Amino acid sequence: MVTVVDYKAGNLTSVMKALRFLGAEVCVATQADELERATRIVLPGVGHFAATVRLDRSGMTAAIRGAIARGVPFLGICVGMQWLYAGSTEAPEQPGMGYFTEQVTRFPDGAEDGAEKVPHVGWNQLELLRATPLLKGVESGDFAYFTHAWRADVSQETIVTTQYMGQFSAACQRGNVCGVQFHPEKSGATGLKILRNFLEMAAC
Amino acid sequence: MLTRRVIACLDVRNGRVVKGVQFVDIVDAGDPAELARRHAEAGADEIVLLDITATHEGRATLLETVRRAAEQLFIPFTVGGGIRTLQDASAVFEAGADKVSLNSAALQNPELISEIGAEYGAQAVVVAIDARRDAAAQDPVRSARVFTHGGRRDAGLGVIEWAREAAQRGAGEILLTSMDADGTRAGFDCALTAAVSRAVNIPVIASGGAGSVEHFAEVFTSGCADAALAASIFHFGISSARVLKEQLAVQKIPVRLPC
Repeated sequence: MVTVVDYKAGNLTSVMKALRFLGAEVCVATQADELERATRIVLPGVGHFAATVRLDRSGMTAAIRGAIARGVPFLGICVGMQWLYAGSTEAPEQPGMGYFTEQVTRFPDGAEDGAEKVPHVGWNQLELLRATPLLKGVESGDFAYFTHAWRADVSQETIVTTQYMGQFSAACQRGNVCGVQFHPEKSGATGLKILRNFLEMAAC
Repeated sequence: MLTRRVIACLDVRNGRVVKGVQFVDIVDAGDPAELARRHAEAGADEIVLLDITATHEGRATLLETVRRAAEQLFIPFTVGGGIRTLQDASAVFEAGADKVSLNSAALQNPELISEIGAEYGAQAVVVAIDARRDAAAQDPVRSARVFTHGGRRDAGLGVIEWAREAAQRGAGEILLTSMDADGTRAGFDCALTAAVSRAVNIPVIASGGAGSVEHFAEVFTSGCADAALAASIFHFGISSARVLKEQLAVQKIPVRLPC
């Protein structure tokens, strides 16, 4: 069973569809008590970082912290990954969950001639820094689909980097807590591999 | 490296593809769900489904079509045509679309762009612009006008002006169709695409006029397009997005390969 957290930040359909396609039993949590017995948690997010305030208000932030402490595997996608950090300049008044200490910042404004645009949209390559079970079968040079204007710098929890206006953290992991800046549910075979690996990740 | 996207487009009417690709071994060439899947397997980076159905019954068919197409589609999926309200958009998202494409509805009610963006994120809103050069103007490219009703009616504003406004209102991407080039197979309007691409800081998808690999190479270089739409081109000598991209790669254009 995998619990997908719904905090009204965009569309859950694609993520749930991909997880079900991989054979997972999927349920949706909209409040804290629904996370108490979760055995695997996915936090999607395609909206504004400010929307994560709903995780705090609903008590789900505390519930997710509790689940992580119990060893429940956790995967944050896009804004869901960014939320793992201390905060984002997209919504400076709204703190992140703070599992990682860094700040999420915006790409610098693009070149005047439109050569490098913000947001970063499209298929870009992954560069693996560490081989973790989440990345089993994935190789450097494989492509994933990105769509975002904010990103985390490369730091010690970074397991995958991608190049766009410099290197940024495309995936991060420490123990049972993982985040991906790209959309595995929209990244073809590579993305499905990563989701399958997550579904097979052991609790720790 | 961020790659240039080749997007396969399906034109659908009452739940059937009205033009587009006919794969040799396909069971039912008119079924959008099957075609969407085939395109994904054949290396397309993204799928766009444009619905030209006008009837109410047709709209229900569309949602069912989107649902079936999205079922096993794990690349970005955009749906456009007849989306006039946030509710219309919500229904399409719930059926499995990742982005909606707005055209005349965004012109009539520009606030729809930010309204949908606030709910589903800016990345989920594509603003489609049908553009025509103003042949009489001193600079026909920079003076290009927005048209509606399949290029028959002047919407009363400039393409660059509208692209900028759409971006400011929070559009995630611009889908720019050149009415002059559309259907000619003589190449994309690279000058117009470049002018729009330089005027906004969001991705621009070029559409209209594709007839050869060279046309894609041109629009990705001199046209500054971030992505290009391919529909009927697969009828004319290029069998799939993969083949197209392999030939673009030879010309040093960054594309997603293998795919």
